[in-house]
Amino acid sequence: MDHSSSLGGDASASATRITPGFALRPEDIALAAEQGTATPGGDVADYALRLGDDALILAQRLGHWISRAPELEEDVALGNIALDQLGHARSFLTYAGSAWGKSEDELAYFRHEPEFRSAHLFEQPNGDFAATIARQFIAANYQFPLYRELSKSTDPMLAAIAAKAVKEVDYHLDHSTQWVLRLAGGTEESRRRMEAGLALMWPFVGELFEDDPLIAKVGDAGVVPSSLKEEFDRSTGAVLAEAELDVSGHPMATGGGRLGRHSEYLGFILAEMQVLAREFPGAGW
Amino acid sequence: MARNVQPAGQPAPQNAMEALTPEDAAGQENFDRIIAKDSRVEPKDWMPEAYRRSLVRQISQHAHSEIIGMQPEANWITRAPSLKRKSILMAKVQDEAGHGLYLYSAAETLGTTRDEMMDALVAGKARYSSIFNYPTVTWADMGAIGWMVDGAAICNQVPLCRASYGPYGRAMVRVCKEESFHQRQGFEILLELANGTPAQRAMAQDAVNRWYAPSLMMFGPPDDDSPNSKQSMAWNIKRFSNDELRSRFVGMLAEQVKVLGLTLPDDEIRFNEDTKKWEHGPLDWEEFKEVLAGRGPCNAQRLERRRSAHADGAWVREAAAAYAAKQAAKQSSTNAQKAAA
Repeated sequence: MDHSSSLGGDASASATRITPGFALRPEDIALAAEQGTATPGGDVADYALRLGDDALILAQRLGHWISRAPELEEDVALGNIALDQLGHARSFLTYAGSAWGKSEDELAYFRHEPEFRSAHLFEQPNGDFAATIARQFIAANYQFPLYRELSKSTDPMLAAIAAKAVKEVDYHLDHSTQWVLRLAGGTEESRRRMEAGLALMWPFVGELFEDDPLIAKVGDAGVVPSSLKEEFDRSTGAVLAEAELDVSGHPMATGGGRLGRHSEYLGFILAEMQVLAREFPGAGW
Repeated sequence: MARNVQPAGQPAPQNAMEALTPEDAAGQENFDRIIAKDSRVEPKDWMPEAYRRSLVRQISQHAHSEIIGMQPEANWITRAPSLKRKSILMAKVQDEAGHGLYLYSAAETLGTTRDEMMDALVAGKARYSSIFNYPTVTWADMGAIGWMVDGAAICNQVPLCRASYGPYGRAMVRVCKEESFHQRQGFEILLELANGTPAQRAMAQDAVNRWYAPSLMMFGPPDDDSPNSKQSMAWNIKRFSNDELRSRFVGMLAEQVKVLGLTLPDDEIRFNEDTKKWEHGPLDWEEFKEVLAGRGPCNAQRLERRRSAHADGAWVREAAAAYAAKQAAKQSSTNAQKAAA
């Protein structure tokens, strides 16, 4: 299906690179919602909200690396990934918010902690570079098949957002894979750190693939998380095998993010992210 | 200061006035011809040692400024007040890392490695633009930095696109394109704040007040106190004097501030009809020297952050190098087996 005409994307969408052809911007989504051509139902909006929150919290975490990375090339790479995630978050949140008459910023800056729907993985602290890579490795291996399948959604807007996102996450997948291999096969220290990073992050894999009643309600507009698990195991398994890393002993943590039950970290993330916007409620920026 | 490395087999004379070898004399003649024609010197061309040294100094300082300059803005990435602003700010700071990369690469063509330059920076032996030693205390500082600091950088850098050293000039073309986007986004931040609530407007005015004088001082000391300028202009690296560029910049600010509906903290700004130049009030060059000497508000903080990022990343760089070496060894043993078979 060609969404380019109905959704009004344009070629000048990216601030950082020239995107040839169709690129969907949050502004286009807001406009489509305003014109009434694309407004999600409540369940689809709830579903878009969790995808948006995952990407937003990950972007917030990754953004902290810029100016602190181990090498300039990684300042650029992690910055790029953060920007991509933020772009996806803006699209999903704009679309979700259009169901409730709320903007992306109202959702990002004026919700309280229990109203966020992000999974615990994305909230985990950056730790050292290996911990960040472990989180990226899990995130990309989850988001890649998720967005690929979501690009076939019966909801045209979700499909369009996912079709753009999957191309970017493909790069995130490559970036994290290369680093898992390098760190595992580099020095003794890097291997020890890679193992420690995976031990920190792997417990949060389980929650990503849990189904819940909302998933049943959105039907073919969404993607059933458990249906992605086999591919996740296969794709991560191949890399971990090559790197001779074993994650089988890590116990799965109890999740709850989709219900608004979060880790201890989210409060601090929001305190920092929301402080200025809340200091000047109603102001434009 | 970054060490300059001699290309193999070309020991430079200790003093340019000493007798030149026939090769050096021919090289000097060719170099002089290039400069006289206002053409470009390329990495493989012979060049006077002092020209090479001067370029390494200037380009590496420029690269360091981009890298240290990421910090005051990165300070607001996690707190940017809207997602759109967060996205623009991240893209901007990321661009600065990219500028640092091109500039270090340009300097490497002169025989100094990026590692040497980075080591000099973290050892506190290299300079970077003093302006980044001031703190970014409010969101409006993101606007003022974009409008004034990047605006001053553009005034400085557009003429550098024509610098006689090819790799530097070409790097500057790309840098300038991105800088002009940076300046526009800064202006837009201030415009939004200036038209916002009274508190936002006050925040914008306060930022303009604080960044005005430091941004004017970015052009360097007055012409009669700028030791390197004359030679740099003779070599077609620098095209306009510090004061000339500063005057143009003041004119730009004086016009644009009206659009913002804000004021500049300088009652003496005027266009001199006789000289056809913009003039401004006196600047506190003592403060400039203090900050340059390491006694600014954030010198220690900026350097420590770069040092710790570099030190914390050492194990990652070592791992990448070790992995690459192992892969190369594996590849060559595979090739050897194939050759034997």
